[in-house]
Amino acid sequence: MATANMSPTRNQMPTQDAKVRAHNFDEVALGYSEETAINEAMRCLNCKNMPCVDGCPVKIHIPEFISAIKEGEFEKAYQIISKSSSLPAVCGRVCPQETQCESKCVRGIKGESVGIGRLERFVADWHNTFSKEEPVKPESNGHKVAIVGSGPSGLTCAGDLAKKGYDVTVYEALHTAGGVLVYGIPEFRLPKSIVAKEVETLNKLGVKIETNVVIGKTLTVDELFENGFEAVFIGSGAGLPNFMGIPGESLNGVYSANEFLTRSNLMKSYLENPETPIMKGGNVAVVGGGNVAMDAARTALRLGADKVYIVYRRSMDELPARREEVEHAQEEGIEFNLLCNPTEIIGYNNPDNPKDPLNGFVKGMRCIKMELGEPDANGRRRPVPVPGSEFEIDVDTVIMSIGTSPNPLIKVTTEGLEVNSRGGIIVNEDGLTSRNAVYAGGDAVTGAATVISAMGAGKTAANAINEYLKEKNAENLDNIVGMSYNIK
Amino acid sequence: MYKITEKKILNDFVVQMLIEAPLVANKAKPGQFIILRVDDNGERIPLTVAGVNKENGTVKIIFQIVGGTTEKLAHKEQGEYIADFVGPLGVPTHLDGIKKVCIVGGGVGCAIAMPIAEKLHEMGADVTSIIGFRSKDLLILEDEFREYSDTLRIMTDDGSYGEKGNVTLPLKEMLENGEKFDMIITIGPLVMMKFVVLTAKPFEVPVTVSMNPIMIDGTGMCGGCRLTLNIEGKKVTKFACVDGPDFNGYEVDFDEAMSRGRMYSSFERHAHEDTCNLFKKEVE
Repeated sequence: MATANMSPTRNQMPTQDAKVRAHNFDEVALGYSEETAINEAMRCLNCKNMPCVDGCPVKIHIPEFISAIKEGEFEKAYQIISKSSSLPAVCGRVCPQETQCESKCVRGIKGESVGIGRLERFVADWHNTFSKEEPVKPESNGHKVAIVGSGPSGLTCAGDLAKKGYDVTVYEALHTAGGVLVYGIPEFRLPKSIVAKEVETLNKLGVKIETNVVIGKTLTVDELFENGFEAVFIGSGAGLPNFMGIPGESLNGVYSANEFLTRSNLMKSYLENPETPIMKGGNVAVVGGGNVAMDAARTALRLGADKVYIVYRRSMDELPARREEVEHAQEEGIEFNLLCNPTEIIGYNNPDNPKDPLNGFVKGMRCIKMELGEPDANGRRRPVPVPGSEFEIDVDTVIMSIGTSPNPLIKVTTEGLEVNSRGGIIVNEDGLTSRNAVYAGGDAVTGAATVISAMGAGKTAANAINEYLKEKNAENLDNIVGMSYNIK
Repeated sequence: MYKITEKKILNDFVVQMLIEAPLVANKAKPGQFIILRVDDNGERIPLTVAGVNKENGTVKIIFQIVGGTTEKLAHKEQGEYIADFVGPLGVPTHLDGIKKVCIVGGGVGCAIAMPIAEKLHEMGADVTSIIGFRSKDLLILEDEFREYSDTLRIMTDDGSYGEKGNVTLPLKEMLENGEKFDMIITIGPLVMMKFVVLTAKPFEVPVTVSMNPIMIDGTGMCGGCRLTLNIEGKKVTKFACVDGPDFNGYEVDFDEAMSRGRMYSSFERHAHEDTCNLFKKEVE
């Protein structure tokens, strides 16, 4: 075996040229080659105490899979990852590794951490391209579990339970499985074919996916139990988009990031001659500084915008989006208006012609400069307006990307399901809600968060559901045969 | 895939279909809506449920051909399938306790008004229906309204059938003559609903309006269907898909809703023309 690679810097990820990719929806990052992957894997010191695993919400055996890469055993590396993660190709692309596994990497102390996320992506893509290994459907244990929502938490929970032999049905409200992975995250960051492939893998494990079923409307949680499901996991995701409450937010040309991204991603408005319309071109302002804001801004650019602005009320240091996404956005020509907050969206109104087709459409946005004041309760410095600093920018489209509130549909139709003041479902450390046998996780619990934290919650709940059902069915067996089992 | 078990042409612009969707049929109540896609890559469009048959598991939809998607749907035949059909969405129309009602429907909105008339009639309420159309050619569901209404007034803009004039004429006349309705329920073009509200206002009769804004998911995710209500002097944003589609007519900002409804009108026109041309080419 070759000796360790002691280079302080990691192998660069090849990307499409910024000028080219700003005009297409093809994936930005192109992935490591086999040689680069092995070279990067050699940077891993295979630490005995494995700090990186602690940083992973789903506890992937990181040094183990990287060791397999060192040996060129890419399929083995994949099998190691898939023991812990149901969606490796997705996580390798969208996880904020720099704040998770990679932040704990010993190599990061005097240089750059090992590119764990890039290696994970390499392994998953290698498997999807070359592997002939088919997932094997485990023998059924005859117990039915229902999953609400096919986003990252639901798919993870479904995958883990299916691997344990449960008969799992996933109910999805939209017409395609994947949740935020298909409606939210754009093609250039996460190709939809990759999501489809991961879903196909779950299908082969025996997971059934029922699209076009809205739990809380088409069926209720109680009806799922009546239909023979013994446990339910709710991963219904983020809900209604937040707006700022400033004048002009109902003008034509003002979108929530959810709507804008759903039109482009799920409904494929980015294609030529789409059936679902979307406003393209002109100047676009995206309000907010998270990953969703970056996705919306970069999508607007690719749809043909002349100028795209990020408008964020704090400074670059507080911007919550991943550094990599911010850098990519900057390279592509997105302009960052930092320490700046909208106060009004201005509409076109022709006083001489009430039938002017432009009436009611956005023509500009009034903003005010901000400065950072005293830290708030969370220690983040609170932005305060600078008096008299208002200015206007010319924009045709405004995209509000300032978070969401959990979806109310399940709460109002499920008696006894408790939610917190922000509408998030209340769960204990196992993901159990206030209702017996009903578990929840992901954005429906936490409000908008990351794909991987949702997957972590799905995984935790899957374990808890398994324990609960083992115990319950052992008790049932007790009642039936009148004898005692030691269940653990 | 969802089967079209029956198709009926109601007039040159309006088509009725029964769609096999047992889960939806089992749950849908008057006032709720569904979202459908005709085929892959198709647009999601909301349509209000015009009736259900629980035994057969079918849902009745009635739609007007306005854009590319409705044109494509209208070309589907009995026995064929559409890609997606999801529901029931939205909150059912609140009908409890209504003893005497006036239902005001306009155009294809009458398709949504009809099951409400039917339900209230079944509940033993005194039902007055006022239905309006541009002309006789566009009249739909006359027999059904006759069956479910104690009083029926049919209005046409050009006087080619029933009485000539707007639906607000007989409404105003009845209110002035001292008719005491517990509720006015109105469904139709936004401008019509706006004027029904203005007509009812001096008489202080509660008015429920059914909004049909642009939406995508219909489950409270995209926020495209938002509208502004003026509640006790405060502007409040509501979402038609989860808070509606019914709202208190006195609170709705109709002018804003009308403006938002025009967001894609030029796109719609082009999409409709393109789709028509495609079908024409196929025929040639």
